[in-house]
Amino acid sequence: MSAVLADMPGAVAPATTKAIAPSKGGRPWTFYVLATLFAAYVLALYGPMFCIYILSFQDIRGGLVFPMKGHSMHWFVDLFTQVRTGDVKGSFDRSIKLAVIVTIITVVVSFLAGLGFRRRFRGDTFVFYMMIGSLVAPGLVLGLGTGLLFQALGLNASWYTSALGAQLSWTLPFGVLVMFAVMSRFNHVWEEAAYDLGASRWQSIWLVMIPVLAPGLVAVALFGFTLSYDEFARSLQTAGSLNTLPLEIWSMTLNVTSPSLYALGTVTTIVSFIVIGASLGTIVLIQKKRGSRSKG
Amino acid sequence: MKNDRGDIELAGVCKSFDGATYVVDGVNLKIADGAYCCFIGPSGCGKTTILRMIAGHEDPTVGEIVIGGQNVVGLAPVQRRTAMMFQSYALFPHLTVRENIAFALRVRGQSKADRLRAADAMIEKVRLTQFADRLPAQLSGGQQQRVALARAAITEPRVLLLDEPLSALDEQLRVQMRQELRRMQQELGITFIHVTHTQLEAIALADLVVVMEQGKIKQAGPAREVYAHPHDRYVAEFMGGQNVLSGRVEKVNGSSFTLAQAAPDGIEVPLLARSTVSVGDKVDIAVRRDDVALVRPGKDLPPGCTTSLPSRVLAIEYQGYFVKVMLDTVPDDEFVAYVPEKTFFADPFTVGDVVMATWSTGSALPLA
Repeated sequence: MSAVLADMPGAVAPATTKAIAPSKGGRPWTFYVLATLFAAYVLALYGPMFCIYILSFQDIRGGLVFPMKGHSMHWFVDLFTQVRTGDVKGSFDRSIKLAVIVTIITVVVSFLAGLGFRRRFRGDTFVFYMMIGSLVAPGLVLGLGTGLLFQALGLNASWYTSALGAQLSWTLPFGVLVMFAVMSRFNHVWEEAAYDLGASRWQSIWLVMIPVLAPGLVAVALFGFTLSYDEFARSLQTAGSLNTLPLEIWSMTLNVTSPSLYALGTVTTIVSFIVIGASLGTIVLIQKKRGSRSKG
Repeated sequence: MKNDRGDIELAGVCKSFDGATYVVDGVNLKIADGAYCCFIGPSGCGKTTILRMIAGHEDPTVGEIVIGGQNVVGLAPVQRRTAMMFQSYALFPHLTVRENIAFALRVRGQSKADRLRAADAMIEKVRLTQFADRLPAQLSGGQQQRVALARAAITEPRVLLLDEPLSALDEQLRVQMRQELRRMQQELGITFIHVTHTQLEAIALADLVVVMEQGKIKQAGPAREVYAHPHDRYVAEFMGGQNVLSGRVEKVNGSSFTLAQAAPDGIEVPLLARSTVSVGDKVDIAVRRDDVALVRPGKDLPPGCTTSLPSRVLAIEYQGYFVKVMLDTVPDDEFVAYVPEKTFFADPFTVGDVVMATWSTGSALPLA
């Protein structure tokens, strides 16, 4: 008996090591090929942006090309103080406000569309294709058309009217498509269960649908915000006399020849990352809150 | 006036989703207060639709649904005082066990303290106290089922509707939860209506078994009646445990008739409740698989056995306490004998053996 037991570990061990650990010979050659490809892709993706970020930290002697000339925050100060660089603060303000309005409208409308498209209705495919149509229409043309229409109607184009409309033509279809994906994971039996337990329609939306879909709604909001915040083509002919940030940056590329242009790029990137970070943070927080409640 | 009676009457209930085909086609049924009723049938037979109509999630196209003497068609589930347990339980994924169970009280506007106290009492009843703060995703299938049961029961319904409640569980747990359902039903003292497609589940649980096919009730009665005395071929084959044979009536002799078959003397069948048969009629009969005895040719038949059909053994399956022997007794239908284990192994057959399948006259049951 003891002899049998003593033998067993020796007999079993080789099999387990083989099953758990990958073969000692290391990774197959395809791993290195794909890893190189991925590294090249990441470099191509982030390399140009990092050039901008690095060059924005030059000192007063700085130029528009490498090599770096010293390092300081000079061009960031310059960005917000010098008049000749343009209305950075004002356009930044407008862009943020516009993005917030676009986000709110996108989330609300996408959610309602998601509710509406749960069931088939007469003309649903038509509505759907109309929506996709505005997604594939060239942005510049759509913006131009919006501008012309406002002019024809005798309305003044401005960032909070015509530009808002032109941007929504872009963010709404996107938001609705994301919402469809989010909605497809919502089990309609939950609604039925809520109804069975006596919830009104409003209660079932408020107490079941919105909490369950919350992470998806945050994702839609993030989409709406970032799409609006850096929208150029649709805003170009619709923003009226006051520029949004992307338009301001564009006009700066034409007449500003200092690294403060790069400093602006760095600042806007930071803002984008803050927004993305806040959104992801919210999603994590929602999930963590659920997790911690379940422990405690 | 609070009416706690949970007796149900379905009167001429029909349901059509497209106006052309009827999923439920003229169902009449009475279910006593406090009964455990199982609807059974293949998928698409309309059993779930009936359940959803009683629950108030569908309205019948025609007909009345009466609960406790009150026609409930058009009323919301809460007004009917029914509660439903969904097939996959439909627990709210973002709420803990306690919050899930308290949900019905929350939407009624009960204060947080009140509803959580009530929920905790219910949690104790279904033995989930240590899981009260978990999310549904962190529970096993059996625990989820108990949460679903508690969530439905907290509304103090007079009828609880269960849509294939055990189908999401594995075999062992299914047997265990089956007992738990029965225990809860007795504890709550309310009517349970349970939809299933598993025969064993239905006859193990139900006071009233309702067998359905294509929107119609084929037979409704106590479990033992439906299993041992099926009305017709469909019920006999669906409930299982029976061999169904058909043949022409050769002669009618008082209280019994003889069915022409491969047997030298035909098969003698008692008339029982069957009204009339005349010579030449095509008739189905059923013989319980455990009533069939197998004898080697040339040996004496067991006492009382009048029919003996020569057969060849097609296959043998060991089932533990009995052995399933498949035979080619009748040309088109399956014919099986359940031989007790000890009897079988006293003189085991092998595939290809010729045996006589025999049973006593009283075991043959004429079908409609």
